[in-house]
Amino acid sequence: MENFASLLHGFGVALTTYHVMLMMIGVLLGILVGVLPGLGAPNGVSLLLPLTFTMDPVAAIILLTSMYWGALFGGSTTSILFNIPGEPSSVATTFDGYPMARQGQATQALTLAFLSAGFGALVGVILITVLSTWVAKFALRFSSPEYFAVYFLAFASFIGLGAASPFKTVVSMGLGFAFAAVGMDTVSGGLRLTYGFNELLSGISFLIAVIGLFGIGELMLTMEEGLRFDGIRARVKIRDVFKTIATLPRYWVTLLRSAAVGCWMGVTPGGPTAASFMSYGLAKRLSRRKEGFGQGEPEGVVAPETADHAAGSSAILPMLALGVPGSATAAVMMGGLMIWGLNPGPMLFVERPDFVWGLIASMYLGNIVAVLMVLATIPLFASILRIPFAIIGPVIVVVCFIGAYTVAGRPFDLWLALAFGVVGYLFKKLDYPIAPLVLAMVLGDKAEDAFRQSMIMSRGSLSIFWSNGLVTTLMLIGLALAFGPLLSSALGRLMKPKASSAVA
Amino acid sequence: MLKKTSWLIATAVTMTLGGVAQADWKPAKPVEFIVTSAPGGGTDNFARIVQSIIAKHKLMEQPIVVTNKGGGSGAEGFIYTKVATGDSHKLTFGTNNAYLLPYVAKLAYKPDELTPVAAMALDEFLLWVKADAPYKDAKSYIEAVKAKPDTFKMGGSQSKDTDQTLTSLIQDATGAKFIYVPFQGGGAAGVQLAGGHIDSNTNNPNENAGQWKAGAITPLCVFSPTRLQGGVKVTATMGWSDIPTCKEAGIPIDQFQMPRTVWLPGGVPADAVTFYADILKKVSETPEWKEYIERTSQTDRFLAGQDLKTFIASDDAKNRKVFEQEGWIAR
Repeated sequence: MENFASLLHGFGVALTTYHVMLMMIGVLLGILVGVLPGLGAPNGVSLLLPLTFTMDPVAAIILLTSMYWGALFGGSTTSILFNIPGEPSSVATTFDGYPMARQGQATQALTLAFLSAGFGALVGVILITVLSTWVAKFALRFSSPEYFAVYFLAFASFIGLGAASPFKTVVSMGLGFAFAAVGMDTVSGGLRLTYGFNELLSGISFLIAVIGLFGIGELMLTMEEGLRFDGIRARVKIRDVFKTIATLPRYWVTLLRSAAVGCWMGVTPGGPTAASFMSYGLAKRLSRRKEGFGQGEPEGVVAPETADHAAGSSAILPMLALGVPGSATAAVMMGGLMIWGLNPGPMLFVERPDFVWGLIASMYLGNIVAVLMVLATIPLFASILRIPFAIIGPVIVVVCFIGAYTVAGRPFDLWLALAFGVVGYLFKKLDYPIAPLVLAMVLGDKAEDAFRQSMIMSRGSLSIFWSNGLVTTLMLIGLALAFGPLLSSALGRLMKPKASSAVA
Repeated sequence: MLKKTSWLIATAVTMTLGGVAQADWKPAKPVEFIVTSAPGGGTDNFARIVQSIIAKHKLMEQPIVVTNKGGGSGAEGFIYTKVATGDSHKLTFGTNNAYLLPYVAKLAYKPDELTPVAAMALDEFLLWVKADAPYKDAKSYIEAVKAKPDTFKMGGSQSKDTDQTLTSLIQDATGAKFIYVPFQGGGAAGVQLAGGHIDSNTNNPNENAGQWKAGAITPLCVFSPTRLQGGVKVTATMGWSDIPTCKEAGIPIDQFQMPRTVWLPGGVPADAVTFYADILKKVSETPEWKEYIERTSQTDRFLAGQDLKTFIASDDAKNRKVFEQEGWIAR
C-alpha cells in the first residue's frame, strides 16, 4: 500500500500548472510527429532532448513522455485514414481501421481507437503502480530462451490468420526475415546481405518498408482504381463521437484481454508492435465474428490499439527499474535520464522517489490529457477524407517521402521507399499478404538473436527451451497456438470427410 | 548597449584566451556532431554531454546538430565522415571502434582516412559476478572456471568487440575457458548477470553501477593500472576505490581501457583540428565534465596532438594482436 502513498505524493509533484502545460505541449508535438509517418516517437523524442538539458528532470521527463503518448495516438490516425501507419505499432490498426474509414465510419474508427488506446495505457500505468517491485523481479527471470519463446508466441498467434494461401504467407514472411537480416549481425559481428553497399550497413529500416508497402503501394492502387477514396461522402458528426463512446463497454472482453497481452509484452521486451499484432491475432481467433475481421470489424481496431498502448506505457517500467529499455523511444529517454544525472536501475525508486512517482503520476494525467485532446481533433482529421483525392493524394506522397527521409536523413531511403511501394503494389495485385512480412521484419532479427544466444548458452542443444517452467510454458502455449488450427481442421476433416474443401 | 557589452565580453574573452585559441579558423556554419551509436548508448551520452557543456558555457558561436549514425556498430558514422573529406564542420564521436572496426568487417573506410582530434576519457572494464556467487575474489573465480572449462558463461556487448577481446585476453592470461555470449549491449549483459543467466561480464562501471548498488552483482577487479578514483561508498561496505586492480587480484592483465574519441574527416586544415581540440580541452576542464566522469567512473584523460597519435598506435597494435590470434580479421 505504500505505493499508493507514493503515488499521491507523485500527483503532488506532477499537478502544477507548469507541468500540465508541458503535458499539453508534449502531447500536441507528439500527435504531430506521430501523424507524419517515419518521424515517429523515437525521432521526435531525440529532437526534443537537447531542449531538456536545462530543465529539471521531472519537468523534462514529463515533456518527453507526453510526447510519446501523443505520438502513439497520432500514429493510429493515419493508419485509419490513409492505411499508412505512422508508427510501427499501429500497423495492425490498419487491418480493420482503414476498411472502416472507407465505409464512411472514420469517426467511429478513430473514436474507438483513441478510447481503447487510452484504456490500454491506463491499465499499463496501474500495473506499474501496483506491481512495480514484483514486475521488475519477474523481468529478471527472462533470458535469451525466454525471449525467443515470447517472440515465437507472437509469431504463433498470428500464423494462419489471413485469408491468403499458406504458401503466400510463407513467402511473405520469408522476405521479411531476409530484410530483417540485412546489416551488422550482433551474434557473429559480421556484415550480412549488404553486397558492398554502404547504405545497407545499418540495415533496412522497418519504417521505410512500412511507408513504402502501405503508403505508396496503397496510393498506386488507388490511382489505378480511379483516383478517389471511397466513403468520403460520409458526413462528420460530432454526435457520432459520443455514440461511439457509448458502444465501448460492449467490447469489454477484448479490452481486458488486449490490455493483458499488452502489459505482458511491454514488460517482457516484446514491445508494442509485437503486442498489437498478437492481440489482433487473438481477437480474431476468439471472436464470434471472425469473418468480419479485415473488412471493418470494430473489434479489430480495439484489440491492437489497447495492446499497443498498454505495452507502450508498461515498457517504461523495465527502463526505470532495470535500465533495459522496452522500446526504441524508451532507449532515447534513458539516454536523457543519464544526462540529467539519474542512473536508471533498481535503486532509482529508492534514491529518487520524487522523480519516479512524479513520472508515474504524470503518466495518468498525460494519457487523460492526450485522450481528450485527440478526441477533439477527430472532426478535423475525419474531414481530411472529404478533400478530393487530386489534392490529398500528392500531399500524401510528399508526406511519405518526407517521412522516409526523416527516419535517418539518407537520400538512399527515398529510393528504398519507392521500391517497397512497388513491392506493396505487386503484393496487393497478386494477393500476397503484407502483414507477415511486416511482423517478420520487426521481430525477425530479435528472434534470431535470442535463438542463437540460446544455442551458444546450451552449446547447441534445443533442450534449453524446456529447461525451466517459464520457458516451457511459453513454448507450449506457442506450439498450441501455431498448430492448434491445423490440428482442429485435420480432426474436423477426419470427422466429416465430405465437407473438407470448405475450410481454407 | 547590449551589443556593445557583448562585444566587450567577446574582446575580453579573446584577449584572455588569445594565447591558446588561435582564431585562424572558426566554424562558419552549424557544426554536426555524428554519434556512432544509437540514441541512449555510451557514445551517445558522451557526445550529448559535450554538446550540453558547449551550449551551457557558450564555447562555440555556431549551433550544434547531433545526428545518430550507429548502423553496423558505428561503421555507418565513420563512413559518413570519410565521405565528407575536407568538411571541417563534421565532428565524429566514437571509441576505439574508429580504428578497430575495419579489422573485423570489410568496410568502405580506413582509419587513416579520418583525422583524430582528441581522446577525452578512458572507460574502464571490470570483472563482475553475481553478488550471491561463492567467489570472494578474482583468483577463486578464475580457479573455478579453470576447473570446469567451457561451462561458465561470460556475457558482453556485441561480437568481436571490446568485451570479447578482453574475454580472450583473460583466457590467454589465465588459461581459463569461457563460453562468450554476445548481447545487444552492456545494459542487457548487466541484467542477464543480475538475473543469474550468465556467470560474469566485463561491463563498464556505468553499465553495472545500478545493479551493484542494488546488491544484485559485485565487482571482483578492475582492468586498470591503478585503482579507481572516488572514495564514496556505493554499497554499505564498498566503493569504487576499494575494488582491487586485476593485477593485484591475480589476473596478469595490466591495462584494458576504452578511449572515448573525437574525429574529423580527412583533408581538413590543421587549424580546424587545433580549434576543436582547444574547445574539447576547455570542455574537459568544466565542473560538468568532472561530474560526468565521476558519475560514470571513467578515467579523466585528455589526449590530443602527438600524444593521441602515440596512444592510438599502441592501442591499435595491442588489439590487433588479439584479433589475429582469434582469426577475426576480415579479408
